[in-house]
Amino acid sequence: MTNTYNDKVVAQFTVMTVVWGIVGMAVGVLIAAQLLWPALNFDIPWLSYGRLRPLHTNAVIFAFGGSALFATSYWCVQRTCQVPLFAPKLAAFTFWGWMAVIVAAAITLPLGITQGKEYAELEWPIAILIALVWVSYAIVFFGTIVKRKTPHIYVANWFFGAFILTVAVLHIVNNLAMPVSLWHSYPIYSGTVDAMVQWWYGHNAVGFFLTAGFLGIMYYFVPKQAERPIYSYRLSIVHFWALIALYMWAGPHHLHYTALPDWAQSLGMVFSLLLLAPSWGGMINGIMTLSGAWHKLRTDPILKFMIVSLSFYGMATFEGPMMGIKTVNALSHYTDWTVGHVHAGALGWVAFITIGAVYALIPKLFGRERMYSVKAIDLHFWIATIGVVLYISAMWIAGVMQGLMWRAVNDDGTLTYTFVEALNATYPYYAVRLLGGLLFLSGMLLMLWNMLKTIYSEKPHEA
Amino acid sequence: MSAFWHWFIVILTIGSILGCLWLIWWAAQKHQTESASGEPVGHVWDDDLSEMDHPMPRWWLWLFYATILFSFAYLLLYPGLGNFPGLLGWTQEGQHAAEVQALEERRDAHLARYADMDVEALAANADAVQAGARIYAHNCAICHGSDARGAPGFPNLADDAWQWGGTPDAVVTSIRDGRTAVMPPLGAATGDDAYAVSAYVYQMGGRTAAHFGAASLARGEEQYQQLCVACHGRDGKGNAALGAPDLTDGAWVYGGTHEAIRASVMQGRMGVMPPHGELLGETRVLLVAAYLLRLNQTE
Repeated sequence: MTNTYNDKVVAQFTVMTVVWGIVGMAVGVLIAAQLLWPALNFDIPWLSYGRLRPLHTNAVIFAFGGSALFATSYWCVQRTCQVPLFAPKLAAFTFWGWMAVIVAAAITLPLGITQGKEYAELEWPIAILIALVWVSYAIVFFGTIVKRKTPHIYVANWFFGAFILTVAVLHIVNNLAMPVSLWHSYPIYSGTVDAMVQWWYGHNAVGFFLTAGFLGIMYYFVPKQAERPIYSYRLSIVHFWALIALYMWAGPHHLHYTALPDWAQSLGMVFSLLLLAPSWGGMINGIMTLSGAWHKLRTDPILKFMIVSLSFYGMATFEGPMMGIKTVNALSHYTDWTVGHVHAGALGWVAFITIGAVYALIPKLFGRERMYSVKAIDLHFWIATIGVVLYISAMWIAGVMQGLMWRAVNDDGTLTYTFVEALNATYPYYAVRLLGGLLFLSGMLLMLWNMLKTIYSEKPHEA
Repeated sequence: MSAFWHWFIVILTIGSILGCLWLIWWAAQKHQTESASGEPVGHVWDDDLSEMDHPMPRWWLWLFYATILFSFAYLLLYPGLGNFPGLLGWTQEGQHAAEVQALEERRDAHLARYADMDVEALAANADAVQAGARIYAHNCAICHGSDARGAPGFPNLADDAWQWGGTPDAVVTSIRDGRTAVMPPLGAATGDDAYAVSAYVYQMGGRTAAHFGAASLARGEEQYQQLCVACHGRDGKGNAALGAPDLTDGAWVYGGTHEAIRASVMQGRMGVMPPHGELLGETRVLLVAAYLLRLNQTE
């Protein structure tokens, strides 16, 4: 039975998850170092911060995260539907198409070719390729669901399905543009409407790409790894529908105190707060699924990755609604607190659940009993955890400090600190952040070694 | 916005929130599949994936209800439901205006203590000088530098050279009303002699200029006494009333090399200090002047 599944494309995406993770995080480490030592751009335009930063975000979100989502969803949907992938040639196209998108991004972004929309920087020819790959992905995934042999659709597939469908809509609507040349275009929206469409996209990229998709991973790999049933079916239903209904509204919280009308800002804030409970529903369901299998944490570092990822998910989805409150946002916006929040999600939640899932997948994909070195997984876990904690706490402190320094006013009406003074005070935290990032990257390198050893050695390292 | 969009927003918003309320109310009911006993519901996927149907944690349900309650309260008090402005009448423009007003009142109350003092008295008051320094840092440093030592095209304010006069009154006038200095372009008038005139100006402050040659300097002096003397004076001491700089004090706004002087002669210069009276108000203008005078005394 197992042999009939299409696992080649899963294996391809799984290996590339690790590779792109290392690339994306290495660029992140470089630009973190540039903030500390600006000379590290070597006066080469292609290495300047403004061009590498979108390369970092695109590589981590779409290359690393995207590959992980393709791999895990293809693995999960075949096994929970008990049929091989629908349209296997189209599935192969999604792999090569997605890789082409990533390579095109890695070339055009350093050249300065960009739409200037955050997380949607890629110019129209690449955006069209993304749309083609994504529609193919939807056909493969939903085709497999349609011809399934199981009576019910497994909960992980609800989340994967919502993620695939919504990202298609978000991507296409936000990228509607009028090309003026091969590598330049203008969005069909202007002014405040353009900003609102962009952040409707931007926040739902977080909500559907980085949340719903990875909840799909969680709902398959956590019960599998813990060998426990999902805690509550009805909690799945409630938090799924509430999550996908409410996320759509939260975008305006990126535009508090701007030209966006007051009513839209208020709705963004209200729905951000409403998101707290549905988000925590996923965390509760994951953590309670593990309950009863706590003893396994002692021997299974993969489960450690998963439980910590759920903790960071809970933390980041508490922090998010709080930062969506106007009064808090007035302090946090434009500071490094935002950067810390994003990395609590991207490193703590997204990367941790991905790493756990990839460690679970590799031995199965390559016919091994387990990873080459389980001890190395444990070491990876501790390096990565310390890295995330250093990163996030540095950015929290730096962000709150910046917010307070920027708003401090003297009795004589002058600002207490000039901008440069606030920047200067941030340097030590930039150093700690760099250290955190370096640790996280070295964990990924350890993972690459472990993966290659697992694939190319016949026997695991330990008895 | 039009009535259509108003109701579109209102209905969609309230409908979505009520939908959530119904969803959790519905799910919180007892269901047949409920398995408080710890038995899975019965569906199995991929050999061993199954689900239990524990009731939702009570504290979590209350959290959800609380956020729904909050959202209704917020949308009642603040603008959110289409055209409905909210019971508090809050707007972000209003909040901004109120915060600015509060800051201005605090500032004016603080600055009132300096209102009756003249520049000399302020310059003798350490607190006033410190306030002046901060106002300078946020308003003047962008051109004149954080150390007030100027930049090419922007006069050094920390030395003794005052293009428009260094008396308290003159400095206050410069800040409050601004200044416009015009050095006309003399390239056409001097013709081939621009080199010579510049060489002559170069040595007026006492710098050695033998390398220009005696003939050049003599020719330059002749031209100077015709073209430049009206503003800069026979001995090059300038004229503060016109903003014509002293050419002998070693302070060069546009650079003191022979090349820079020649560029000034041929192309002219147009120095503009924008007026700050309206931006800062009288008291703060005096505070900045006091800071600058104090800076000159200590340098």
